[in-house]
Amino acid sequence: MVIVYSDDKKLTFELLSKGSELAKGLGKKLTAVIIGKADDNLAKEYISFGADNVFIAETSIDSFKAEEYTDILGNIVKETSAETILIGSNKNGKELASRLAGKINAGCVIDSTNVYLKDKKLTAERVVYSGNAIAVEQFNSKPCIVTVPSKVFDPLKKDGGRKGEIVKKKIEVEKSASKILKVQDMKTGDVNVEDAEIIVSCGRGFKNKDDIKLVDELAKVLKGKTVGCSRPIAADLKWLSEDHWIGLSGHKVKPKLYIAAGISGQIQHIAGMRDSGIIVAINKDSEALIFKSADYGIVGDLYEVLPKLTNAVKEKMG
Amino acid sequence: MNIIVCAKQVIDVSEMKVDPNTKKPILQGVPQKISDIDKNAMEEAIKIKEKHGGKITVVTVGPSDAKERIKELLAMGADEGILVSHPEKYDYHVISSLLAEAIKKIGEYDIVLCGEASIDMFSGQVGPRVAALLNIPQITYAQSVTAEKDKVTAERNMGDKAVTTESTYPVLITVTKESNEPRLPSLMQILGAANKPINDWTADSLTSGLNPMVDTVELKGISMERKNVIYQNDLDESVSKLVDSLTKEGVLR
Ligand SMILES: Cc1cc2nc3c(=O)[nH]c(=O)nc-3n(C[C@H](O)[C@H](O)[C@H](O)COP(=O)(O)OP(=O)(O)OC[C@H]3O[C@@H](n4cnc5c(N)ncnc54)[C@H](O)[C@@H]3O)c2cc1C
Ligand SMILES: Nc1ncnc2c1ncn2[C@@H]1O[C@H](COP(=O)(O)O)[C@@H](O)[C@H]1O
Repeated sequence: MVIVYSDDKKLTFELLSKGSELAKGLGKKLTAVIIGKADDNLAKEYISFGADNVFIAETSIDSFKAEEYTDILGNIVKETSAETILIGSNKNGKELASRLAGKINAGCVIDSTNVYLKDKKLTAERVVYSGNAIAVEQFNSKPCIVTVPSKVFDPLKKDGGRKGEIVKKKIEVEKSASKILKVQDMKTGDVNVEDAEIIVSCGRGFKNKDDIKLVDELAKVLKGKTVGCSRPIAADLKWLSEDHWIGLSGHKVKPKLYIAAGISGQIQHIAGMRDSGIIVAINKDSEALIFKSADYGIVGDLYEVLPKLTNAVKEKMG
Repeated sequence: MNIIVCAKQVIDVSEMKVDPNTKKPILQGVPQKISDIDKNAMEEAIKIKEKHGGKITVVTVGPSDAKERIKELLAMGADEGILVSHPEKYDYHVISSLLAEAIKKIGEYDIVLCGEASIDMFSGQVGPRVAALLNIPQITYAQSVTAEKDKVTAERNMGDKAVTTESTYPVLITVTKESNEPRLPSLMQILGAANKPINDWTADSLTSGLNPMVDTVELKGISMERKNVIYQNDLDESVSKLVDSLTKEGVLR
Protein backbone atom coordinates (compact mmCIF):
# COMPACT_ATOMS: atom_id res chain seq x y z
CA MET A 1 0.00 0.00 0.00
CA VAL A 2 1.06 3.56 -0.74
CA ILE A 3 -0.46 6.14 1.60
CA VAL A 4 -0.43 9.91 1.48
CA TYR A 5 -1.21 12.37 4.23
CA SER A 6 -1.17 16.11 4.67
CA ASP A 7 -3.31 18.53 6.64
CA ASP A 8 -3.06 20.77 3.58
CA LYS A 9 -5.65 19.75 0.98
CA LYS A 10 -3.86 21.22 -2.05
CA LEU A 11 -0.64 19.54 -1.04
CA THR A 12 -2.51 16.25 -0.67
CA PHE A 13 -3.70 16.55 -4.30
CA GLU A 14 -0.06 16.92 -5.35
CA LEU A 15 1.00 13.95 -3.25
CA LEU A 16 -1.80 11.88 -4.77
CA SER A 17 -0.42 12.54 -8.22
CA LYS A 18 3.04 11.23 -7.34
CA GLY A 19 1.50 8.55 -5.13
CA SER A 20 -0.56 7.07 -7.95
CA GLU A 21 2.50 6.90 -10.19
CA LEU A 22 4.45 5.08 -7.47
CA ALA A 23 1.50 2.81 -6.66
CA LYS A 24 1.29 1.78 -10.32
CA GLY A 25 5.02 1.12 -10.47
CA LEU A 26 4.84 -0.98 -7.31
CA GLY A 27 1.60 -2.73 -8.25
CA LYS A 28 -0.09 -1.43 -5.11
CA LYS A 29 -3.14 0.60 -4.17
CA LEU A 30 -3.11 4.26 -3.17
CA THR A 31 -4.81 5.39 0.03
CA ALA A 32 -5.33 8.98 1.14
CA VAL A 33 -5.50 9.50 4.88
CA ILE A 34 -7.73 12.01 6.64
CA ILE A 35 -7.25 12.57 10.36
CA GLY A 36 -9.97 14.33 12.33
CA LYS A 37 -13.64 14.66 11.46
CA ALA A 38 -15.25 12.35 8.91
CA ASP A 39 -15.40 14.62 5.88
CA ASP A 40 -17.01 12.64 3.06
CA ASN A 41 -16.77 15.47 0.57
CA LEU A 42 -13.07 15.79 1.10
CA ALA A 43 -12.70 12.02 0.81
CA LYS A 44 -14.57 12.08 -2.53
CA GLU A 45 -12.32 14.87 -3.72
CA TYR A 46 -9.25 12.81 -2.87
CA ILE A 47 -10.68 9.94 -4.91
CA SER A 48 -11.28 12.25 -7.86
CA PHE A 49 -7.64 13.32 -7.65
CA GLY A 50 -6.29 9.79 -7.80
CA ALA A 51 -6.83 7.95 -4.49
CA ASP A 52 -8.04 4.35 -4.71
CA ASN A 53 -9.18 4.42 -1.11
CA VAL A 54 -9.58 6.98 1.62
CA PHE A 55 -8.94 6.10 5.23
CA ILE A 56 -10.62 8.45 7.65
CA ALA A 57 -9.23 8.25 11.17
CA GLU A 58 -11.93 9.76 13.32
CA THR A 59 -10.61 11.25 16.48
CA SER A 60 -11.70 13.66 19.15
CA ILE A 61 -8.31 15.38 19.11
CA ASP A 62 -8.95 18.89 17.89
CA SER A 63 -5.52 20.26 17.18
CA PHE A 64 -2.33 18.84 15.77
CA LYS A 65 0.18 17.42 18.19
CA ALA A 66 2.97 15.35 16.67
CA GLU A 67 2.93 12.77 19.47
CA GLU A 68 -0.76 11.96 19.06
CA TYR A 69 -0.86 12.20 15.26
CA THR A 70 2.17 9.91 15.09
CA ASP A 71 0.35 7.27 17.08
CA ILE A 72 -2.72 7.61 14.87
CA LEU A 73 -0.75 7.43 11.65
CA GLY A 74 1.33 4.58 13.04
CA ASN A 75 -1.90 2.64 13.61
CA ILE A 76 -3.01 3.29 10.06
CA VAL A 77 0.34 2.21 8.66
CA LYS A 78 0.00 -1.07 10.53
CA GLU A 79 -3.63 -1.59 9.56
CA THR A 80 -3.05 -0.93 5.86
CA SER A 81 0.40 -2.59 5.76
CA ALA A 82 1.62 0.59 4.12
CA GLU A 83 5.15 0.40 2.77
CA THR A 84 5.40 3.76 1.10
CA ILE A 85 4.29 6.81 3.05
CA LEU A 86 4.22 10.27 1.47
CA ILE A 87 3.66 13.18 3.82
CA GLY A 88 3.24 16.87 3.00
CA SER A 89 6.31 18.85 3.98
CA ASN A 90 4.93 21.70 6.00
CA LYS A 91 6.22 22.13 9.55
CA ASN A 92 3.55 19.83 11.01
CA GLY A 93 4.25 17.23 8.34
CA LYS A 94 7.99 17.23 8.88
CA GLU A 95 7.85 16.68 12.61
CA LEU A 96 5.12 14.08 12.15
CA ALA A 97 7.12 12.15 9.52
CA SER A 98 10.29 12.26 11.60
CA ARG A 99 8.61 11.11 14.79
CA LEU A 100 6.78 8.37 12.90
CA ALA A 101 10.09 7.21 11.44
CA GLY A 102 11.50 6.92 14.95
CA LYS A 103 8.43 5.15 16.23
CA ILE A 104 8.06 2.52 13.51
CA ASN A 105 11.77 2.27 12.81
CA ALA A 106 11.71 3.41 9.20
CA GLY A 107 13.96 5.29 6.84
CA CYS A 108 12.87 8.84 6.19
CA VAL A 109 13.80 11.56 3.70
CA ILE A 110 12.60 15.10 4.41
CA ASP A 111 11.83 17.74 1.75
CA SER A 112 12.19 15.63 -1.36
CA THR A 113 12.26 17.42 -4.66
CA ASN A 114 11.88 14.23 -6.66
CA VAL A 115 10.67 10.73 -5.86
CA TYR A 116 10.86 7.71 -8.14
CA LEU A 117 11.55 3.99 -8.34
CA LYS A 118 15.02 2.96 -9.39
CA ASP A 119 15.90 -0.73 -9.53
CA LYS A 120 12.51 -1.21 -7.87
CA LYS A 121 13.72 0.75 -4.86
CA LEU A 122 12.12 3.95 -3.68
CA THR A 123 14.53 6.78 -4.39
CA ALA A 124 14.23 10.39 -3.31
CA GLU A 125 16.30 13.45 -4.13
CA ARG A 126 16.78 16.37 -1.80
CA VAL A 127 18.76 19.57 -1.74
CA VAL A 128 21.63 19.52 0.75
CA TYR A 129 24.49 21.80 1.81
CA SER A 130 22.30 24.91 1.52
CA GLY A 131 21.70 24.45 -2.16
CA ASN A 132 25.22 23.40 -3.16
CA ALA A 133 24.25 19.82 -3.92
CA ILE A 134 21.47 17.32 -4.51
CA ALA A 135 21.65 14.05 -2.62
CA VAL A 136 20.09 10.97 -4.19
CA GLU A 137 18.77 8.84 -1.34
CA GLN A 138 17.71 5.25 -1.82
CA PHE A 139 15.69 3.20 0.65
CA ASN A 140 16.98 -0.29 1.40
CA SER A 141 14.24 -1.25 3.85
CA LYS A 142 10.52 -0.84 4.38
CA PRO A 143 8.45 1.08 5.27
CA CYS A 144 9.76 4.22 3.56
CA ILE A 145 8.71 7.70 4.63
CA VAL A 146 9.17 10.68 2.33
CA THR A 147 8.01 14.26 2.84
CA VAL A 148 7.39 16.51 -0.16
CA PRO A 149 6.96 20.29 -0.10
CA SER A 150 4.14 22.00 -1.97
CA LYS A 151 4.50 22.79 -5.68
CA VAL A 152 6.99 20.00 -6.34
CA PHE A 153 4.46 17.83 -8.17
CA ASP A 154 1.46 18.86 -10.25
CA PRO A 155 -1.88 17.38 -9.24
CA LEU A 156 -3.63 15.04 -11.66
CA LYS A 157 -6.63 16.33 -13.56
CA LYS A 158 -9.74 15.98 -11.46
CA ASP A 159 -11.89 13.05 -12.53
CA GLY A 160 -15.27 13.19 -10.81
CA GLY A 161 -16.18 9.76 -12.16
CA ARG A 162 -13.46 7.84 -10.32
CA LYS A 163 -14.63 5.30 -7.80
CA GLY A 164 -13.03 4.44 -4.52
CA GLU A 165 -13.75 3.06 -1.12
CA ILE A 166 -14.03 5.23 1.98
CA VAL A 167 -13.13 3.54 5.24
CA LYS A 168 -13.91 5.21 8.55
CA LYS A 169 -12.44 4.15 11.80
CA LYS A 170 -12.41 5.64 15.26
CA ILE A 171 -8.89 5.79 16.53
CA GLU A 172 -8.18 6.95 20.04
CA VAL A 173 -4.61 7.21 21.24
CA GLU A 174 -2.91 8.03 24.49
CA LYS A 175 -2.89 11.74 25.28
CA SER A 176 0.49 13.41 25.14
CA ALA A 177 1.93 15.07 28.22
CA SER A 178 2.22 18.26 26.20
CA LYS A 179 -0.58 20.79 25.96
CA ILE A 180 -1.39 23.45 23.39
CA LEU A 181 -2.17 26.71 25.15
CA LYS A 182 -2.67 29.05 22.22
CA VAL A 183 -2.77 29.05 18.43
CA GLN A 184 -2.50 32.31 16.56
CA ASP A 185 -2.90 32.81 12.83
CA MET A 186 0.12 34.54 11.30
CA LYS A 187 -0.98 34.64 7.68
CA THR A 188 -1.70 38.08 6.28
CA GLY A 189 -3.53 37.38 3.12
CA ASP A 190 -2.97 36.35 -0.42
CA VAL A 191 0.80 36.65 -0.78
CA ASN A 192 2.14 33.79 -2.80
CA VAL A 193 5.83 34.22 -3.51
CA GLU A 194 6.11 30.74 -4.98
CA ASP A 195 3.89 31.62 -7.93
CA ALA A 196 5.23 35.14 -8.45
CA GLU A 197 6.89 36.11 -11.73
CA ILE A 198 8.58 39.18 -10.29
CA ILE A 199 9.72 39.52 -6.70
CA VAL A 200 11.31 42.49 -4.97
CA SER A 201 12.85 41.50 -1.64
CA CYS A 202 14.05 43.45 1.35
CA GLY A 203 16.57 42.65 4.06
CA ARG A 204 18.24 44.10 7.10
CA GLY A 205 19.48 47.03 5.01
CA PHE A 206 16.07 48.61 5.72
CA LYS A 207 16.08 50.71 8.84
CA ASN A 208 12.35 50.87 9.57
CA LYS A 209 9.28 48.84 8.88
CA ASP A 210 7.73 51.82 7.08
CA ASP A 211 10.56 51.90 4.58
CA ILE A 212 9.35 48.63 3.08
CA LYS A 213 7.03 50.82 1.03
CA LEU A 214 10.09 51.45 -1.16
CA VAL A 215 10.07 47.81 -2.32
CA ASP A 216 6.28 47.85 -2.51
CA GLU A 217 6.39 50.75 -4.91
CA LEU A 218 9.03 49.19 -7.15
CA ALA A 219 7.14 45.90 -7.12
CA LYS A 220 3.98 47.71 -8.16
CA VAL A 221 5.50 49.46 -11.18
CA LEU A 222 7.06 46.15 -12.20
CA LYS A 223 3.54 44.74 -12.10
CA GLY A 224 5.02 42.06 -9.87
CA LYS A 225 3.28 43.24 -6.75
CA THR A 226 5.14 40.65 -4.77
CA VAL A 227 7.39 41.51 -1.90
CA GLY A 228 9.80 39.00 -0.46
CA CYS A 229 12.21 39.26 2.44
CA SER A 230 15.14 37.68 4.22
CA ARG A 231 14.68 35.64 7.38
CA PRO A 232 15.47 38.40 9.90
CA ILE A 233 12.72 40.65 8.46
CA ALA A 234 10.08 37.95 9.02
CA ALA A 235 11.48 35.96 11.94
CA ASP A 236 13.31 38.49 14.14
CA LEU A 237 11.70 41.82 13.33
CA LYS A 238 8.33 40.43 12.21
CA TRP A 239 7.93 43.35 9.81
CA LEU A 240 6.46 40.97 7.24
CA SER A 241 4.63 37.69 7.73
CA GLU A 242 6.29 34.40 7.02
CA ASP A 243 4.62 34.08 3.61
CA HIS A 244 7.20 36.64 2.39
CA TRP A 245 10.20 34.80 3.83
CA ILE A 246 12.52 33.42 1.17
CA GLY A 247 15.38 31.00 1.67
CA LEU A 248 16.50 27.67 3.00
CA SER A 249 14.05 27.78 5.89
CA GLY A 250 11.49 29.90 4.04
CA HIS A 251 9.88 29.71 0.62
CA LYS A 252 11.67 28.53 -2.50
CA VAL A 253 10.97 30.81 -5.44
CA LYS A 254 11.78 30.95 -9.15
CA PRO A 255 10.47 34.20 -10.60
CA LYS A 256 11.65 35.59 -13.94
CA LEU A 257 13.09 38.56 -12.08
CA TYR A 258 14.31 38.67 -8.48
CA ILE A 259 15.48 41.95 -6.99
CA ALA A 260 17.23 41.84 -3.61
CA ALA A 261 17.63 45.17 -1.81
CA GLY A 262 19.62 45.47 1.40
CA ILE A 263 20.19 41.71 1.55
CA SER A 264 23.73 40.50 2.19
CA GLY A 265 23.41 37.28 0.20
CA GLN A 266 24.22 34.62 2.79
CA ILE A 267 23.96 31.16 1.33
CA GLN A 268 20.78 30.42 3.29
CA HIS A 269 18.99 33.24 1.49
CA ILE A 270 20.43 32.25 -1.89
CA ALA A 271 19.15 28.70 -1.32
CA GLY A 272 15.60 30.01 -1.71
CA MET A 273 16.03 32.08 -4.87
CA ARG A 274 18.90 30.54 -6.80
CA ASP A 275 16.57 29.21 -9.50
CA SER A 276 15.34 32.71 -10.39
CA GLY A 277 15.66 33.90 -13.98
CA ILE A 278 17.46 37.21 -13.59
CA ILE A 279 18.81 38.23 -10.20
CA VAL A 280 19.42 41.91 -9.38
CA ALA A 281 21.16 43.11 -6.21
CA ILE A 282 21.14 46.52 -4.58
CA ASN A 283 23.59 46.90 -1.73
CA LYS A 284 25.75 49.72 -0.43
CA ASP A 285 28.66 47.38 0.25
CA SER A 286 30.52 46.55 -2.97
CA GLU A 287 31.96 43.46 -1.26
CA ALA A 288 28.53 42.07 -0.33
CA LEU A 289 28.18 38.37 -1.17
CA ILE A 290 24.90 38.99 -2.96
CA PHE A 291 26.78 40.45 -5.95
CA LYS A 292 28.39 37.05 -6.56
CA SER A 293 24.93 35.54 -6.96
CA ALA A 294 23.56 38.36 -9.10
CA ASP A 295 23.32 38.98 -12.83
CA TYR A 296 23.11 42.72 -12.34
CA GLY A 297 23.89 44.88 -9.37
CA ILE A 298 24.00 48.46 -8.24
CA VAL A 299 26.36 49.45 -5.47
CA GLY A 300 24.57 52.19 -3.60
CA ASP A 301 22.29 53.24 -0.81
CA LEU A 302 18.92 51.59 -1.30
CA TYR A 303 17.22 54.72 0.00
CA GLU A 304 18.56 56.54 -3.07
CA VAL A 305 18.55 53.68 -5.56
CA LEU A 306 15.03 52.34 -5.07
CA PRO A 307 13.12 55.61 -5.71
CA LYS A 308 15.29 56.31 -8.77
CA LEU A 309 14.82 52.79 -10.06
CA THR A 310 11.07 52.94 -9.49
CA ASN A 311 10.88 56.17 -11.50
CA ALA A 312 13.08 54.87 -14.29
CA VAL A 313 11.00 51.70 -14.63
CA LYS A 314 7.80 53.74 -14.59
CA GLU A 315 9.11 55.88 -17.45
CA LYS A 316 10.29 52.92 -19.42
CA MET A 317 7.07 50.99 -19.13
CA GLY A 318 5.00 54.11 -19.73
CA MET B 1 17.67 20.38 36.06
CA ASN B 2 19.57 17.94 33.88
CA ILE B 3 19.87 19.17 30.35
CA ILE B 4 21.23 17.38 27.31
CA VAL B 5 22.23 19.28 24.19
CA CYS B 6 22.57 17.41 20.88
CA ALA B 7 25.14 19.22 18.77
CA LYS B 8 26.43 18.29 15.36
CA GLN B 9 29.74 19.06 13.69
CA VAL B 10 29.17 20.27 10.14
CA ILE B 11 31.20 21.70 7.31
CA ASP B 12 30.87 25.43 6.77
CA VAL B 13 28.52 25.40 3.78
CA SER B 14 29.36 28.98 2.86
CA GLU B 15 32.95 27.88 2.21
CA MET B 16 31.93 24.98 -0.02
CA LYS B 17 32.74 24.74 -3.73
CA VAL B 18 31.60 22.54 -6.58
CA ASP B 19 34.29 20.98 -8.77
CA PRO B 20 33.75 22.51 -12.24
CA ASN B 21 34.89 19.32 -13.99
CA THR B 22 33.27 16.50 -12.04
CA LYS B 23 30.30 18.65 -10.92
CA LYS B 24 30.68 17.09 -7.48
CA PRO B 25 30.68 19.13 -4.32
CA ILE B 26 34.14 19.29 -2.74
CA LEU B 27 33.78 18.19 0.87
CA GLN B 28 37.43 17.71 1.73
CA GLY B 29 39.31 20.57 3.34
CA VAL B 30 36.22 22.65 4.09
CA PRO B 31 36.37 24.20 7.60
CA GLN B 32 34.28 22.46 10.27
CA LYS B 33 32.05 24.11 12.83
CA ILE B 34 29.19 23.46 15.21
CA SER B 35 25.92 23.59 13.31
CA ASP B 36 24.71 27.18 13.81
CA ILE B 37 21.41 26.53 15.54
CA ASP B 38 22.94 24.00 17.94
CA LYS B 39 24.65 26.99 19.55
CA ASN B 40 21.20 28.44 20.14
CA ALA B 41 20.26 25.12 21.76
CA MET B 42 23.38 25.41 23.92
CA GLU B 43 22.57 28.99 24.90
CA GLU B 44 19.05 27.98 25.88
CA ALA B 45 20.48 25.21 28.06
CA ILE B 46 22.79 27.68 29.82
CA LYS B 47 19.89 30.06 30.51
CA ILE B 48 17.85 27.26 32.03
CA LYS B 49 20.78 26.16 34.15
CA GLU B 50 21.38 29.74 35.31
CA LYS B 51 17.79 29.83 36.51
CA HIS B 52 17.37 26.38 37.99
CA GLY B 53 20.86 24.97 38.49
CA GLY B 54 21.80 21.50 37.28
CA LYS B 55 24.08 19.99 34.70
CA ILE B 56 24.50 20.37 30.95
CA THR B 57 25.80 17.45 28.90
CA VAL B 58 26.62 17.83 25.21
CA VAL B 59 26.29 14.78 22.96
CA THR B 60 27.75 14.62 19.48
CA VAL B 61 27.73 11.70 17.10
CA GLY B 62 30.67 12.29 14.83
CA PRO B 63 34.33 11.76 13.94
CA SER B 64 37.14 12.20 16.47
CA ASP B 65 38.01 15.74 15.35
CA ALA B 66 34.55 16.80 16.60
CA LYS B 67 36.17 16.94 20.05
CA GLU B 68 37.52 20.38 19.17
CA ARG B 69 33.96 21.52 18.50
CA ILE B 70 32.68 20.04 21.76
CA LYS B 71 35.35 22.10 23.53
CA GLU B 72 33.72 25.26 22.17
CA LEU B 73 30.46 24.25 23.82
CA LEU B 74 32.22 23.38 27.07
CA ALA B 75 33.71 26.87 26.97
CA MET B 76 30.25 28.36 26.45
CA GLY B 77 29.02 26.61 29.59
CA ALA B 78 28.43 22.87 29.16
CA ASP B 79 29.70 20.71 32.03
CA GLU B 80 30.56 17.55 30.15
CA GLY B 81 30.87 16.32 26.60
CA ILE B 82 30.20 12.94 25.05
CA LEU B 83 31.52 12.03 21.63
CA VAL B 84 29.87 8.98 20.12
CA SER B 85 31.67 7.48 17.14
CA HIS B 86 29.47 6.32 14.30
CA PRO B 87 29.78 3.27 12.11
CA GLU B 88 31.23 3.77 8.65
CA LYS B 89 27.78 3.78 7.07
CA TYR B 90 25.06 5.83 8.68
CA ASP B 91 21.80 7.62 8.03
CA TYR B 92 19.22 9.38 10.18
CA HIS B 93 18.08 6.07 11.67
CA VAL B 94 21.63 5.25 12.79
CA ILE B 95 22.44 8.73 14.13
CA SER B 96 19.14 9.11 15.98
CA SER B 97 19.39 5.63 17.50
CA LEU B 98 22.90 6.36 18.76
CA LEU B 99 21.79 9.68 20.24
CA ALA B 100 18.81 8.04 21.95
CA GLU B 101 20.97 5.22 23.36
CA ALA B 102 23.57 7.73 24.57
CA ILE B 103 20.84 9.78 26.26
CA LYS B 104 19.46 6.66 27.94
CA LYS B 105 22.93 5.82 29.17
CA ILE B 106 23.36 9.33 30.61
CA GLY B 107 20.20 8.37 32.46
CA GLU B 108 18.70 11.31 34.29
CA TYR B 109 17.46 14.12 32.10
CA ASP B 110 14.68 16.70 32.13
CA ILE B 111 15.22 18.49 28.85
CA VAL B 112 16.86 17.40 25.59
CA LEU B 113 17.67 20.34 23.32
CA CYS B 114 18.32 20.20 19.57
CA GLY B 115 18.50 22.72 16.77
CA GLU B 116 15.42 23.10 14.53
CA ALA B 117 17.61 21.70 11.74
CA SER B 118 21.27 21.14 10.95
CA ILE B 119 22.84 23.69 8.64
CA ASP B 120 24.28 21.11 6.21
CA MET B 121 21.36 18.68 5.86
CA PHE B 122 18.52 20.87 7.06
CA SER B 123 16.03 18.09 7.77
CA GLY B 124 14.82 18.73 11.29
CA GLN B 125 14.55 14.98 11.50
CA VAL B 126 16.81 14.07 14.42
CA GLY B 127 14.91 15.90 17.18
CA PRO B 128 11.47 14.30 16.62
CA ARG B 129 13.08 10.94 15.85
CA VAL B 130 14.98 10.93 19.13
CA ALA B 131 11.87 12.08 21.01
CA ALA B 132 10.00 9.08 19.58
CA LEU B 133 12.78 6.67 20.55
CA LEU B 134 12.80 8.08 24.10
CA ASN B 135 8.99 8.11 24.07
CA ILE B 136 8.80 11.69 25.37
CA PRO B 137 6.86 14.74 24.12
CA GLN B 138 8.45 17.04 21.56
CA ILE B 139 8.23 20.80 21.18
CA THR B 140 9.62 21.85 17.82
CA TYR B 141 10.56 25.24 16.34
CA ALA B 142 10.64 26.98 19.74
CA GLN B 143 11.27 30.71 19.37
CA SER B 144 11.17 31.34 23.06
CA VAL B 145 11.38 28.92 25.96
CA THR B 146 10.28 29.51 29.56
CA ALA B 147 11.39 26.74 31.89
CA GLU B 148 9.74 26.49 35.30
CA LYS B 149 10.28 24.00 38.06
CA ASP B 150 7.85 21.37 36.86
CA LYS B 151 6.92 22.46 33.35
CA VAL B 152 8.18 24.30 30.32
CA THR B 153 6.31 26.62 27.94
CA ALA B 154 7.48 27.48 24.45
CA GLU B 155 6.31 29.79 21.71
CA ARG B 156 6.67 28.02 18.43
CA ASN B 157 6.98 29.35 14.92
CA MET B 158 4.91 26.94 12.84
CA GLY B 159 4.92 29.05 9.69
CA ASP B 160 1.39 30.30 9.16
CA LYS B 161 0.63 29.72 12.84
CA ALA B 162 2.23 30.70 16.12
CA VAL B 163 1.59 27.95 18.66
CA THR B 164 2.20 28.10 22.40
CA THR B 165 2.87 24.65 23.85
CA GLU B 166 3.44 23.51 27.41
CA SER B 167 4.89 20.24 28.64
CA THR B 168 5.98 18.50 31.79
CA TYR B 169 9.47 16.95 31.97
CA PRO B 170 11.13 15.07 30.39
CA VAL B 171 10.68 16.77 27.03
CA LEU B 172 12.64 17.29 23.83
CA ILE B 173 12.75 20.83 22.47
CA THR B 174 14.10 22.02 19.13
CA VAL B 175 14.92 25.74 19.01
CA THR B 176 15.09 28.24 16.16
CA LYS B 177 17.83 30.71 15.31
CA GLU B 178 15.69 33.51 16.76
CA SER B 179 15.37 31.92 20.22
CA ASN B 180 18.42 33.70 21.61
CA GLU B 181 21.86 35.16 20.87
CA PRO B 182 24.52 32.52 21.63
CA ARG B 183 27.20 33.92 23.96
CA LEU B 184 30.85 34.12 23.05
CA PRO B 185 33.01 32.47 25.70
CA SER B 186 35.64 34.55 27.46
CA LEU B 187 39.32 33.64 27.31
CA MET B 188 39.07 32.33 30.89
CA GLN B 189 36.18 30.09 29.89
CA ILE B 190 38.07 28.81 26.86
CA LEU B 191 41.06 27.94 29.05
CA GLY B 192 38.78 26.45 31.69
CA ALA B 193 37.13 24.16 29.14
CA ALA B 194 40.36 22.20 28.84
CA ASN B 195 39.69 20.72 32.29
CA LYS B 196 36.14 19.61 31.56
CA PRO B 197 35.64 15.95 30.65
CA ILE B 198 34.88 14.68 27.14
CA ASN B 199 33.99 10.99 27.11
CA ASP B 200 34.46 8.75 24.10
CA TRP B 201 31.68 6.24 23.60
CA THR B 202 31.81 3.79 20.74
CA ALA B 203 28.70 2.95 18.74
CA ASP B 204 29.14 -0.74 19.59
CA SER B 205 29.18 -0.05 23.31
CA LEU B 206 25.73 1.56 23.01
CA THR B 207 23.95 -0.80 20.68
CA SER B 208 24.82 -3.35 18.03
CA GLY B 209 23.69 -4.16 14.54
CA LEU B 210 22.75 -0.66 13.45
CA ASN B 211 22.50 -0.39 9.69
CA PRO B 212 21.33 2.51 7.58
CA MET B 213 17.87 2.24 6.05
CA VAL B 214 18.60 4.93 3.49
CA ASP B 215 21.77 5.06 1.38
CA THR B 216 23.05 8.21 -0.24
CA VAL B 217 23.82 6.78 -3.67
CA GLU B 218 24.92 9.99 -5.34
CA LEU B 219 25.79 13.58 -4.56
CA LYS B 220 25.36 16.00 -7.46
CA GLY B 221 26.86 19.46 -7.21
CA ILE B 222 24.84 22.50 -8.22
CA SER B 223 26.86 25.44 -9.37
CA MET B 224 25.35 28.81 -10.04
CA GLU B 225 26.73 30.85 -12.89
CA ARG B 226 25.61 34.47 -12.97
CA LYS B 227 26.56 37.40 -15.15
CA ASN B 228 27.87 39.54 -12.28
CA VAL B 229 27.49 42.87 -14.09
CA ILE B 230 27.88 45.44 -11.34
CA TYR B 231 27.20 49.14 -11.78
CA GLN B 232 28.84 51.45 -9.26
CA ASN B 233 29.87 55.09 -9.84
CA ASP B 234 27.21 57.55 -10.90
CA LEU B 235 23.88 56.49 -9.52
CA ASP B 236 21.63 57.90 -12.24
CA GLU B 237 23.77 56.28 -14.87
CA SER B 238 23.76 52.97 -13.00
CA VAL B 239 19.98 53.01 -12.74
CA SER B 240 19.47 53.73 -16.41
CA LYS B 241 21.99 51.07 -17.41
CA LEU B 242 20.21 48.56 -15.21
CA VAL B 243 16.83 49.41 -16.73
CA ASP B 244 18.33 49.00 -20.21
CA SER B 245 19.80 45.64 -19.30
CA LEU B 246 16.53 44.42 -17.82
CA THR B 247 14.70 45.53 -20.94
CA LYS B 248 17.14 43.60 -23.11
CA GLU B 249 16.63 40.55 -20.90
CA GLY B 250 12.94 40.84 -21.61
CA VAL B 251 11.86 40.94 -17.99
CA LEU B 252 10.30 44.40 -18.12
CA ARG B 253 6.89 44.41 -19.65
C1 LIG C 1 19.75 27.32 9.62
C2 LIG C 1 19.61 28.68 9.03
C3 LIG C 1 18.59 28.91 8.14
C4 LIG C 1 18.45 30.16 7.57
N1 LIG C 1 17.44 30.35 6.67
C5 LIG C 1 17.34 31.54 6.07
C6 LIG C 1 16.32 31.79 5.08
O1 LIG C 1 15.50 30.93 4.77
N2 LIG C 1 16.28 32.99 4.49
C7 LIG C 1 17.16 34.00 4.79
O2 LIG C 1 17.07 35.08 4.20
N3 LIG C 1 18.11 33.79 5.73
C8 LIG C 1 18.21 32.60 6.37
N4 LIG C 1 19.16 32.43 7.33
C9 LIG C 1 19.92 33.61 7.79
C10 LIG C 1 21.07 33.98 6.87
O3 LIG C 1 22.21 33.23 7.24
C11 LIG C 1 21.40 35.46 7.04
O4 LIG C 1 21.66 35.73 8.39
C12 LIG C 1 20.27 36.38 6.55
O5 LIG C 1 19.86 36.01 5.26
C13 LIG C 1 20.74 37.80 6.56
O6 LIG C 1 19.67 38.66 6.26
P1 LIG C 1 19.93 40.07 5.56
O7 LIG C 1 20.71 39.88 4.33
O8 LIG C 1 18.60 40.72 5.47
O9 LIG C 1 20.74 40.87 6.69
P2 LIG C 1 22.29 41.23 6.79
O10 LIG C 1 23.14 40.05 6.62
O11 LIG C 1 22.42 42.03 8.03
O12 LIG C 1 22.54 42.14 5.53
C14 LIG C 1 22.09 43.45 5.37
C15 LIG C 1 22.70 43.98 4.09
O13 LIG C 1 22.16 45.26 3.81
C16 LIG C 1 23.19 46.08 3.32
N5 LIG C 1 22.77 47.47 3.61
C17 LIG C 1 22.69 48.07 4.82
N6 LIG C 1 22.23 49.33 4.69
C18 LIG C 1 22.02 49.52 3.37
C19 LIG C 1 21.56 50.62 2.59
N7 LIG C 1 21.18 51.76 3.16
N8 LIG C 1 21.48 50.46 1.26
C20 LIG C 1 21.86 49.29 0.67
N9 LIG C 1 22.30 48.23 1.33
C21 LIG C 1 22.37 48.34 2.68
C22 LIG C 1 24.43 45.68 4.06
O14 LIG C 1 25.59 45.99 3.32
C23 LIG C 1 24.22 44.16 4.17
O15 LIG C 1 24.80 43.49 3.05
C24 LIG C 1 19.33 31.19 7.91
C25 LIG C 1 20.35 30.95 8.80
C26 LIG C 1 20.50 29.72 9.37
C27 LIG C 1 21.62 29.49 10.34
N1 LIG D 1 25.41 13.78 14.50
C1 LIG D 1 24.71 14.47 15.40
N2 LIG D 1 25.13 14.54 16.68
C2 LIG D 1 24.43 15.25 17.59
N3 LIG D 1 23.30 15.92 17.32
C3 LIG D 1 22.84 15.89 16.05
C4 LIG D 1 23.52 15.16 15.03
N4 LIG D 1 22.83 15.33 13.89
C5 LIG D 1 21.77 16.12 14.17
N5 LIG D 1 21.77 16.47 15.48
C6 LIG D 1 20.78 17.32 16.19
O1 LIG D 1 19.58 17.31 15.46
C7 LIG D 1 19.26 18.62 14.97
C8 LIG D 1 18.57 18.52 13.64
O2 LIG D 1 19.40 17.94 12.66
P1 LIG D 1 18.84 17.49 11.23
O3 LIG D 1 17.78 16.47 11.48
O4 LIG D 1 20.02 16.96 10.49
O5 LIG D 1 18.29 18.72 10.58
C9 LIG D 1 20.58 19.36 14.99
O6 LIG D 1 20.37 20.75 15.09
C10 LIG D 1 21.24 18.78 16.24
O7 LIG D 1 20.71 19.36 17.42
